[in-house]
Amino acid sequence: MADALFTPWSALLGGALIGLSASLLMVTLGRVAGVSGIVAGLVGPRDDRPWRLAFIVGLLGAGLVANLAFPELLTSSTPSVGRTPLLLGVAGVVVGVGTRLGGGCTSGHGVCGLSRFSWRSLVATLIFMATGAAAATIVRLAAAGVSP
Amino acid sequence: MSPRALVFPFASRKDVGVLVAGLAGLLFGAGLLTSGMTRQDKVVGFLDVGSGAWDPSLAMVMVGAIGVHAIAWFFIKRRHAPILAARFVLPTLKKVDARLVVGSALFGIGWGVGGFCPAPALVSATSTTSSILMFAGGMVLGLFGTELILRRRNG
Repeated sequence: MADALFTPWSALLGGALIGLSASLLMVTLGRVAGVSGIVAGLVGPRDDRPWRLAFIVGLLGAGLVANLAFPELLTSSTPSVGRTPLLLGVAGVVVGVGTRLGGGCTSGHGVCGLSRFSWRSLVATLIFMATGAAAATIVRLAAAGVSP
Repeated sequence: MSPRALVFPFASRKDVGVLVAGLAGLLFGAGLLTSGMTRQDKVVGFLDVGSGAWDPSLAMVMVGAIGVHAIAWFFIKRRHAPILAARFVLPTLKKVDARLVVGSALFGIGWGVGGFCPAPALVSATSTTSSILMFAGGMVLGLFGTELILRRRNG
């Protein structure tokens, strides 16, 4: 296999950059770097929108640069069996609804909340890790079942 | 004259805040790309524990991010206010309720099925791959719709 499966050092470094970003946003604007919340807040008060839009533009900007310079960072090395565009669309809606009801996603609860030792974030993170593991397992088994 | 006024003599505090938020977004995206979390196979490889080829990288991403942010928070929380805003905006809810449990369970299901959580979905959507665009579009619809309903219900 061309790619090593476990990439601890790049993962640790990337994680540190994420932690740095969350710290920068908190010390300057006093805001939690929870991406689902930042996006959802765009439907809120108008004067609370510019910083949210700027953060999202930054995220997309990183993606655009990667597309030009390092496209392999956005491409899976193994094809994902069974994950059709329609299924992905439905999964996206479920993620949107779920993160709003739960008040956060991997960044808001998993990174920021856990860093502040939030009890709610710990519970949320354990739950979405567990149902995420179950769902990923079911997709693999279902794909194995239907493919010849 | 404050140091900030010397660096940005023509910008208001709010403008500088928006600029810094953009920088934070860029840094966040760079972190996701570096860590491999914008690749669906890395995320699914972590969540699918029993596949026989478990990839624990995502756990290391969490260790790196929490390690840095927890130390930073230890110092930040001593401040009365953030540098560029009037106050810290932090979650006020303390108790675990049904909404937290159901919402987080739903999020996990969508995450495991799709292989993307919200931030990587946005970064990866720039590749304009149809399945990722579908995911990101559905996610934004779900976020906006639910937020509007919740805001209306809470007055």
